[in-house]
Amino acid sequence: MSDKNYLKDITEIKNLMNRSSRFISLSGLSGIFAGMYAIIGAVIAYFYLFPKPGEYLTLHSLNFKLLLALLASVALLSVLTAYIITTRKAKKNNEKVWDATTRRLLINFLIPLVTGGIYIIIKLNSQHYGLTASLMLIFYGLALVNASKYTIGNVKYLGYTEICIGLICAVLPGYGLWFWILGFGLLHIIYGSIMYFKESKN
Amino acid sequence: MGIIDNINKLFDHRIRLGIMSILVVNEDADFNRLKELLEVTDGNLASHIKALEQAEYILVEKSFVGRKPNTSYSATKLGKAEFKKHIEALESLINKPKY
Repeated sequence: MSDKNYLKDITEIKNLMNRSSRFISLSGLSGIFAGMYAIIGAVIAYFYLFPKPGEYLTLHSLNFKLLLALLASVALLSVLTAYIITTRKAKKNNEKVWDATTRRLLINFLIPLVTGGIYIIIKLNSQHYGLTASLMLIFYGLALVNASKYTIGNVKYLGYTEICIGLICAVLPGYGLWFWILGFGLLHIIYGSIMYFKESKN
Repeated sequence: MGIIDNINKLFDHRIRLGIMSILVVNEDADFNRLKELLEVTDGNLASHIKALEQAEYILVEKSFVGRKPNTSYSATKLGKAEFKKHIEALESLINKPKY
């Protein structure tokens, strides 16, 4: 066998290892959209739903429920967009959307995320909403780091950054919304753009 | 001992090499998953699996998912070690200085 054949062997091995264990059809575009939805949501919340100076946000007020609804719509829209973009890209890559790699990716992403979500709801029920933004950022970051082993790209660095921002946010109470915009809005757009440029180069 | 001694004859085939590549990075994989990734026919895949199983490089586990029989494969310690040696040999062959 010549060197060329050995080289072909190695390339094939790498390719199979990646294809069998990592989900490769995530696109930076979903990140950009998620970031934009987050910023639009935060702007709406800031101007219409947040308490004016001197007022308090109470748990059973209409505004609080609207805030939750807004948050849910941002999340839902992001997931929906990601799903559509991913399906399209998977078709182009001749990859199945739903196989062992997607399942693993989702499970590992959802464990820290759902844990965080439940924890935040428990805290909210006992009137502790001061750290909500910080907790959301931290648990989301942990979810990304955990899921990064099962996909390509450098999702883990996005995760590390989200965790750092979440921790800084915990030290500076009162600026939750701004850190939230930074973490869920700006960072998504920046990271998504970097990924997207890399994809189009290939 | 030369590098060539570490080149494993059993891995000198695209499909057997492929099966091992998949099994060293995944805890296990079932027959259909291997077939799908390697794009081979049932009979072809089965014969290569048998060869690896006989060498005790892979472990075969039969079970039932509901009523359907399901066979899953995983790499043994020996299989992983041999695969690693094989890869290292391939790499040193590629990187060896040319005269």
